Amino acid sequence: MNVLVIAEHDNNEIKGSTIHAIAAAYQLGGSVDLLVAGLNCSTAATNGAKIEGIAKVLLADSQPYENQLAENIAPLIQQISNKYSYILMAATTTGKNIIPRAAALADAQPISDVISIVNKDTFKRPIYAGNVIATIQSNDKIKFMTVRATAFESVLKESSPTAIEVIEKSFDLGKSEFIKNDTVFSERPELTSARVIISGGRGMLNEKNFKLLENLADKFGGAVGASRAAVDSGFAPNDMQVGQTGKIVAPDLYIAVGISGAIQHLAGMKESKIIVAINKDPEAPIFKAADYGLVADLFDVIPELVEKLVV
Amino acid sequence: MKVLVSVKRVVDYNVKVSPKADNSGVNLNNLKMSLNPFCEIAVEEAVRLKEKGIVEEIVVVSIGPQEAQEQIRAALAIGADRGILVKVESDTELQPLAVAKCLKEVFHREQPNLVLMGKQSIDGDNNQTGQMFAALANLPQGTFASELSVNPTHVTVTREVDGGFQTLQLTLPAVITSDLRLNEPRYASLPNIMQAKKKPIDETTPKELNVDSSPRFSIVSVDFPPERQEGVKVSSVDELLEKLKNEAKVI
Repeated sequence: MNVLVIAEHDNNEIKGSTIHAIAAAYQLGGSVDLLVAGLNCSTAATNGAKIEGIAKVLLADSQPYENQLAENIAPLIQQISNKYSYILMAATTTGKNIIPRAAALADAQPISDVISIVNKDTFKRPIYAGNVIATIQSNDKIKFMTVRATAFESVLKESSPTAIEVIEKSFDLGKSEFIKNDTVFSERPELTSARVIISGGRGMLNEKNFKLLENLADKFGGAVGASRAAVDSGFAPNDMQVGQTGKIVAPDLYIAVGISGAIQHLAGMKESKIIVAINKDPEAPIFKAADYGLVADLFDVIPELVEKLVV
Repeated sequence: MKVLVSVKRVVDYNVKVSPKADNSGVNLNNLKMSLNPFCEIAVEEAVRLKEKGIVEEIVVVSIGPQEAQEQIRAALAIGADRGILVKVESDTELQPLAVAKCLKEVFHREQPNLVLMGKQSIDGDNNQTGQMFAALANLPQGTFASELSVNPTHVTVTREVDGGFQTLQLTLPAVITSDLRLNEPRYASLPNIMQAKKKPIDETTPKELNVDSSPRFSIVSVDFPPERQEGVKVSSVDELLEKLKNEAKVI
């Protein structure tokens, strides 16, 4: 019943989403190994080896694994998969890109976006944009899964480092070439790891008004998000989108400003600990999901909040 | 250049679904069915490549019940040239691995230079089929595409990834899965809808393609998600701040 977790990393640190996937792996039981694949990523492997509970780290440090191209990582995973009952990654864009490819090579039907582990072969996952939750039972011998980071709480502890085993074999499909990454640089924390998120919707009226939300987010040291409606209206870039088709978040405090509360938005933020809704329409569905609702004009309320808030 | 586009028949995105009374699945009786929005974007992209003179022929394939002909016709009305229906019984739905296996067989028969498909269907939300098909056919994959540039030997694809964009260059033939921002699909005009009725649709089955389509998981139950309890309305910023500080203790 051993578990392999595929790490996402920046060659130095193991990403937060992977730590959540490891938390899910511990729920499955058995020993948990961590695969760190990349180029010049031995520091990440060393840091992975310090995560409490990891049995061993597998390090595949080779040119074709640079940028974690699915075409080259998937055969590596497939080759070592028969030692495991479960292969896990966080349900990030990288995890969703790699896991199905690796599963198909192993003739397995992967399970995407797991939000709950019921028992050793039964899992819950949202379908139809989170409108309903399916409980499914897998009969594959090796279960390939992506797990939703926000659904598995991580308590990262360090322990004395475990063994690192080097995998020499290198796979290269030779049909895909990395050109570049355009990372959207921000002083603020990433949406998926922020403690506080201020999100704006169509009620923000234009792109310029998002500055109001940035002022508020800055007071919290929080992140700024947007609804699909705001993104589609061109008020905010897509990487700020919170919702079923955007990012799934679960901060301590989520403040929805001028957001009506479409189901697809709620699917992305309803696991937040405290939800505040500010909207001038008292009938907006967002109030049904909010712990605290304030029916008011956001253009009055946000500046007042910025002025009065002492964090 | 020849392009293969796969499309899926799904519940229309405006319809709110509910579990069956016995929770054995989703109640789909008498619901409006449509072309999956991500698939529609894939079809549109293929048609734009044809309009630019890069692509000569667009073949649309759907793996689904007889009724999926309607969605193939919808794709033909946008501008695809001919269709293939891989027909399954109307009460069964193939799981993504089986769909990927069917696509692999169709790919080998048709020998397209490029395969375009949606990144996920809005019913199962799996986001798997493109990646699995690419693996089985030993092709490179450009998932969650927001921009494409195609030349006779390569496709350059911009992918929407966490934290920004990634650009890859793939050797053709390649698999591309579309994200929302790749394009805005056109509405099919009435003359094109009429013309689409005359375009040919071939039929086959998973069995004829020698595909093992047995399910790998079973549905134990389908339920509504737990409801979040409705909270309280506050009347002022001061009251909100007081609650966040003393009651919720988040500031």
